[in-house]
Formats: sequence, C-alpha cells, structure tokens
Amino acid sequence: MAILEVTGLSKHFGELEVIRDISFSLEKGESLAIIGSSGSGKTTLLRCLTALETPDTGVIRVSGDTVFDAAQPRPKGAQARANQLRFGLVFQSFNLFPQYTALKNVTLAAELLAKERADYKANKKRILSEIAEKGRAALESVGLSAKADNYPHQLSGGQQQRVAIARALMLEPDILCFDEPTSALDPELTGEVLNVIRSLADRDTTMLIVTHEMQFARQVADNVLFMDGGVIVEYGKAEDVIGNPREERTRRFLERYSNERYSSNG
Amino acid sequence: MFTPEGAVVLGKLLDGFVLNLQIFVITLIGSLPLGLIIMFGSRSRLGLRVFGRKFRPIRLLTRGFVWVIRGTPLMLQLIFVFYGPGLMGLPPIKSRVTATLVTFVINYAAYFSEIFRGGIDSIPQGQYEAGQVLGMTKRQVFFKVVLLQVVKRVTPSVGNEIITLVKDTSLSRIISVTEILFVADNYTRQGLLWPLFTTAVFFLVFNGLVTLALGRIERKMDYFRA
Ligand SMILES: Nc1ncnc2c1ncn2[C@@H]1O[C@H](COP(=O)(O)OP(=O)(O)O)[C@@H](O)[C@H]1O
Ligand SMILES: [Mg+2]
Repeated sequence: MAILEVTGLSKHFGELEVIRDISFSLEKGESLAIIGSSGSGKTTLLRCLTALETPDTGVIRVSGDTVFDAAQPRPKGAQARANQLRFGLVFQSFNLFPQYTALKNVTLAAELLAKERADYKANKKRILSEIAEKGRAALESVGLSAKADNYPHQLSGGQQQRVAIARALMLEPDILCFDEPTSALDPELTGEVLNVIRSLADRDTTMLIVTHEMQFARQVADNVLFMDGGVIVEYGKAEDVIGNPREERTRRFLERYSNERYSSNG
Repeated sequence: MFTPEGAVVLGKLLDGFVLNLQIFVITLIGSLPLGLIIMFGSRSRLGLRVFGRKFRPIRLLTRGFVWVIRGTPLMLQLIFVFYGPGLMGLPPIKSRVTATLVTFVINYAAYFSEIFRGGIDSIPQGQYEAGQVLGMTKRQVFFKVVLLQVVKRVTPSVGNEIITLVKDTSLSRIISVTEILFVADNYTRQGLLWPLFTTAVFFLVFNGLVTLALGRIERKMDYFRA
C-alpha cells in the first residue's frame, strides 16, 4: 500500500485556480522530486499536504488513513495534530526560532508534546534528557553536533537549513517535504544541504522535494513530477522525466532551465 | 535652599514627587496588561459577513476606542474623567489621584496596545507556520515562539513611552493633584525659582535610572536577533 495517496486535490485563491485535480501516490521509502517553473503551484501543493492551506477538493491518505477529505468536516484538536505530524516540512526560508539554540530548535516541539504524556510529571527528568539525547542525534545526522549551542544568527544559511532538517526529522514524520530547500542559499552553500538530503534518501526516508536542482533530482529522486499551470504534466522515473521527457512542455521547461543555468554560469 | 525654610520647601517637593512615582508605578502595572488585552481585541478576527464584506465588531470597537484615546489630549481626558461623571449626574469620582490613575491606565494601555500590535504584526508568518507544522498549538506558538521576539522588538518603543509617562505624571496638576510640579509652580508664582530647577533634577535623575534599567533589559535580549 502506498504511504501517501493524493486524489483530486484542488485549491484556488480568489479567481486563480492554483492547483487543479492533483492525484499521485508515494511508496514508503520513495523520494519524489517536484519540478516546474515558478508559479506552477508547487508550494501550494506542499502547503495543502502540510495543512498550511485547506484544499477546496480532494482527499489525502497516509498509510490508508484519511488525513484530509474536502467532503468531510475537518478534524480538530488531537486528531488534527496527529494528522499534522504525519508530515514534516522544511521551508525555503528555514524559519528557525531565533531565540533558541540549534538544539532547542530541534527539541522544543518534542518537549511540548511530551507534556501531554500521562507519565510526564513522574518522569520529567528522564523524558527531557531522552529528548535532548535524541535532539543531539538529529543534529549529528545533519553534521552539526558542534553547533548545538549556537543561535540561528550565528550559523550560516546552509547550517540553518540543516538545523531545520534536523528539527523536522526529530518528530519522525511519515513524509518529509522540502520546499526549494536550497533556493535561499548562496551557491557555495547548497552542496552541504543537498548532501544531507541525499543521505536521507540513502536511508530510505520518504520525501517530497520541490527543487530546481535538476542534476540532484535526477540522481537522488526515484520519481519526478513535473507541474505546469497547477496540473501534473508528466510523472515518471527521474531518469526518464529529466533525461528523456515524453511531454513537449516538460522538454521546453528543461531546455529553458538548462539555458538559464548555462547563461548564469557563463 | 539651605535654610530651614528651604528644607520645608524641599520636603514638600519630595512629597509631591512620591505622588508622581505612585502614579508612574501603578499606571505601568495597570496599562501593560490592559494594553495586551486591547491589542488582542484590535486583532480579533471574530465576525460575520454582511453584504459580502467582513464585519468584525470587536476589532472595530477597540480600534475606534484606541483612535479616540490617542486622538485627544491626555489633559482633556483627565478633566473629563474627574469632572465628567458629576456633571452628567453620575456618582462623582472623589479622589483626584484615582481619577488620574484611571485616566492614565486607559490612555497608556491604548498606546501600548498599538505598539504591541505593531510588534506582533512584524513577526514573519513563517514563525507561526513552522510552529504549526511541528504540531504546536496556537497557544504554544504564541507563548513559546512569538512572544519573546515581540518583547524584543517592542522594548525600545515601550521604553520611550515609559520615559514619557514619567513626565506625563505632572499633567495631573490640571485637576489639582499635588504632584511635584504643582508644588514647584506655586513657589515660582511666589518668586522662588530654585524649586523649579530642583524639580527638573528629580525628573532627570529618575529618568536616568529608568533609562539604565531599560538598557539592561535590552541587553538581556542581545543574545538573539529578531
Ligand atoms: N496565499 C495566496 N494568495 C493568492 N495567491 C497565491 C497565494 N499563494 C500562492 N498564490 C499564487 O498561486 C500561484 C502558484 O504559487 P506557488 O504555489 O507558490 O507556485 P510555485 O511554488 O510553483 O512557485 C502563483 O500565481 C501565486 O501568485
Ligand atoms: Mg514555491
């Protein structure tokens, strides 16, 4: 069974139908890259999945459980939270909490969740030290053990984004989403972030990655989804979609993209 | 000044300044929390659609109230609160100091609410979204993520208001509260100038202390950028 099943998802802002009848699925351990020119609805799609926007139509299922159904009343409270935690999201602009250290950024949400455990009062000390331990491990997995006590403004953009990845990993989401995780970074800092995502793919983390890094998508993603004007134009193996696209629109996008790349590098 | 009569004058000035300090402290304690409450009102989304337009009664009322308070002189408000009820056939406020406190708390709360609102509106949406995606409740996002950033951002403006408040306590002389400037003014009319200068020194020294305290608070939040 697919870990993620999206059926007929649509969302409009005012007159504008930003995504239209989006359906796709994702297997456990799969990484799917979403590509497409700016304004094609990639961010909106991720925001619909992560409950930052409410879709107008469609159904989202995770491991067979319906986490969103436009035809049903929206779950509230604990159920909404449980659905929320199925997904992790890494933002283009990191959105770290500036007043907390890297480690606290990673552990804060887990600490707040732990407060709801029945045994929290009795075992507070142990629970918190376990969370800290796990937070340190998460930081280590993104290569930032040494920066645990630094504040976000003391870190480079690449390091901040790696903390944000550790923060999302900490809650063990079923599906980890990335929205152009390297777009806000200086070119020399994109490598370290892409390497972290690559290592996650090697450990079979289920991921949805919106990206403009075509080489990266081709190497790391299992499948690629090309969006244009709010619809899925092409979907297939990364090799095929990027190396040998079937659709004319995909071809034009990839061509324009590589031209831009070429001219900006030259 | 260094005569027995001088000592009496100085004592009167001091008595007056104690009133100023009382008004200052109580206004601060009352208006900061009230400002927070008014701020929540002025950001309230509670409402209904009327002819396709969103109508938010709580927001409308609080913003109208804040507009009136900020748009009219504090001195006028003082006179109104002290004399108004009696003239309108309501039970009058007997204590001049109470009237002053009521007016000041409301007036400063209105100003603080606008500063707080600006501070909250300046926090990037991404902070709320990051909290939500991590499964935090709205409450947790506000108290654990947003609040300290807001405090850091509004501290300079709140500090300015606090320093203005120290001086504004003297406006209460318009309803004959015997605060320090009321006392000094009486002596000036009798041809004595030094009590006025002494009053200036009182304010300067106290505001110096307030400035130092505010600087300490700001430095306490130097460890992060927001
Ligand atoms: N909150 C919003 N309100 C109005 N229009 C929006 C909003 N969010 C996105 N859009 C519009 O939807 C379209 C798709 O945006 P987006 O999903 O960000 O695309 P992408 O991430 O592929 O660049 C754009 O035209 C954008 O202007
Ligand atoms: Mg986008």
